Amino acid sequence: MDFISILSIFVLACFVGYFVVWSVTPALHTPLMSVTNAISSVIVVGALIAAATGGSPSSKWLGLVAVALASVNIFGGFAVTQRMLAMYRKKDRQG
Amino acid sequence: MHTDTIVVVPAWVMLAYLIAGVCFILALRGLSSPESSRRGNRLGMIGMAIAVATTLATHEIASLPEIAGAMLIGGGIGLVTARRIQMTAMPQLVAAFHSLVGMAAVLVGAAAYLNPEAFGIAVRITPIASPSIISIFPQSRIEMGLGVAIGAITFSGSVIAFLKLNGNMSGKPILLPLRHVINLGTLAAILGLIAYFTQDQAPWVFFTVMGLSFAIGFLLIIPIGGADMPVVISMLNSYSGWAAAAMGFTLHNSAMIITGALVGSSGAILSYIMCRAMNRSFISVIAGGFGGDAVAGGAATAIDRPYKRGSAEDAAFLMKQADQVIIVPGYGMAVSQAQHALKEMADKLKAEGVRIKYAIHPVAGRMPGHMNVLLAEANVPYDEVFELEDINNEFAQTDVAFVIGANDVTNPAAKTDKSSPIYGMPVLDVEKARTVLFVKRSMGGVGYAGVDNELFYRDNTMMLLADAKKMVEEIVKSLG
Repeated sequence: MDFISILSIFVLACFVGYFVVWSVTPALHTPLMSVTNAISSVIVVGALIAAATGGSPSSKWLGLVAVALASVNIFGGFAVTQRMLAMYRKKDRQG
Repeated sequence: MHTDTIVVVPAWVMLAYLIAGVCFILALRGLSSPESSRRGNRLGMIGMAIAVATTLATHEIASLPEIAGAMLIGGGIGLVTARRIQMTAMPQLVAAFHSLVGMAAVLVGAAAYLNPEAFGIAVRITPIASPSIISIFPQSRIEMGLGVAIGAITFSGSVIAFLKLNGNMSGKPILLPLRHVINLGTLAAILGLIAYFTQDQAPWVFFTVMGLSFAIGFLLIIPIGGADMPVVISMLNSYSGWAAAAMGFTLHNSAMIITGALVGSSGAILSYIMCRAMNRSFISVIAGGFGGDAVAGGAATAIDRPYKRGSAEDAAFLMKQADQVIIVPGYGMAVSQAQHALKEMADKLKAEGVRIKYAIHPVAGRMPGHMNVLLAEANVPYDEVFELEDINNEFAQTDVAFVIGANDVTNPAAKTDKSSPIYGMPVLDVEKARTVLFVKRSMGGVGYAGVDNELFYRDNTMMLLADAKKMVEEIVKSLG
């Protein structure tokens, strides 16, 4: 992909983000933070590339540490979001 | 000599990353209502699985056991933490998670710098009669430099935010002399070095950018007071997104770019909402120093003013007689973990035929939506919980406003006193209720803005001076 295509994706995604986030109900702003936290750990992609490649041991180890850190975030972030979202109940659902 | 090479990525790989990106968009979209949110969260997980699987499938993996080990260790720590964490500790947890994203970005940047060929961002040049050198594309150097810088700022900033939120560090602002000069100078140095990095890919340039960025993240957050944390934590959320986006540019990865843009705008919007709810400009929050100095002179003298003090029995009696009670929770409720007792009190009152509603100010607590999560944890149905603008004109028709652990967000001075530091901030009109019950630890303390609250001394206000949880438990007892 050339730079302009990537930039296009980025700019359009910013607009999508703008509109999507404004539609989030304020009651769910904490889960919004924890789930954005989890998805920003997609940076694990870069970490995996570094960890997978031979050739440079230092780069590999940096990659592995990054994989571990991002994994904390991915699993922890989605799990804690799920735990929070499970608590939001409507009036009629409780006894 | 031509130094550009085209990295050929199969179409299905690009498509897979795009699908992952769309899953992330839908994950956020789901949060528009609690019903759709759980499905959204699952889509987020699916997106992440697609991104990871695609990466693993398209690269030669020389070290699968190590990678699996790293993921198991990290994932295990994450899952255990997510299960054990108390809901009142969510702000700290989110800050800690932000710091991990920042650190991961720094490490990925460093790995890419040390082994650029693996990332397809460099070309090997072999001049005649000399050893070959690996030259990173100038554009990739800028992206990498920015990614590392933003990642490092996110890391050290989040660590400070964590320490402040977790109480390991005082929430008071730490003000260095000349801090604005130091900060702006450091920022300028970082940007200048990233520009220079395009000319010279020497390690000292790269690692100085990294070191200065760690320092500036630290310097930026120490002067910001505990009560401004909702803005800080949203801002760091935003930074972690931009760091991911910058890395996405380096790796030409659409999933990372889409996610980075989403998270970046999410954090930016939340920061904006928080600033607006405090009637403060983003710049003034970032400049820091708020909530530490004695802002208002009135606080010390005001303590002697007469006020009405009530007991748990009085409160129980008043609320039992009411048609409608609006509960206004704040950070104090979180600190004393009073949400479960509060729910019990609400249930007792409902059994007496009282209508219960909850009013949430956007900056109540230490992060956006903090109160909503705590009430949800205590099984308060979310359709009883209202945002400021949806409930504010109801106070006039309400018998009792029950303020628990909130202070500045109820201060009428924000509407009337032009000299008050919180003037202009949108507040809950609790004083319009027939009676205001105000749960507070003691009369001495002031809210985060350091201003006295006129509300305490009004005729229709009854102060309930005790720990929030103990007071609510006593009210529950009195309700019988």
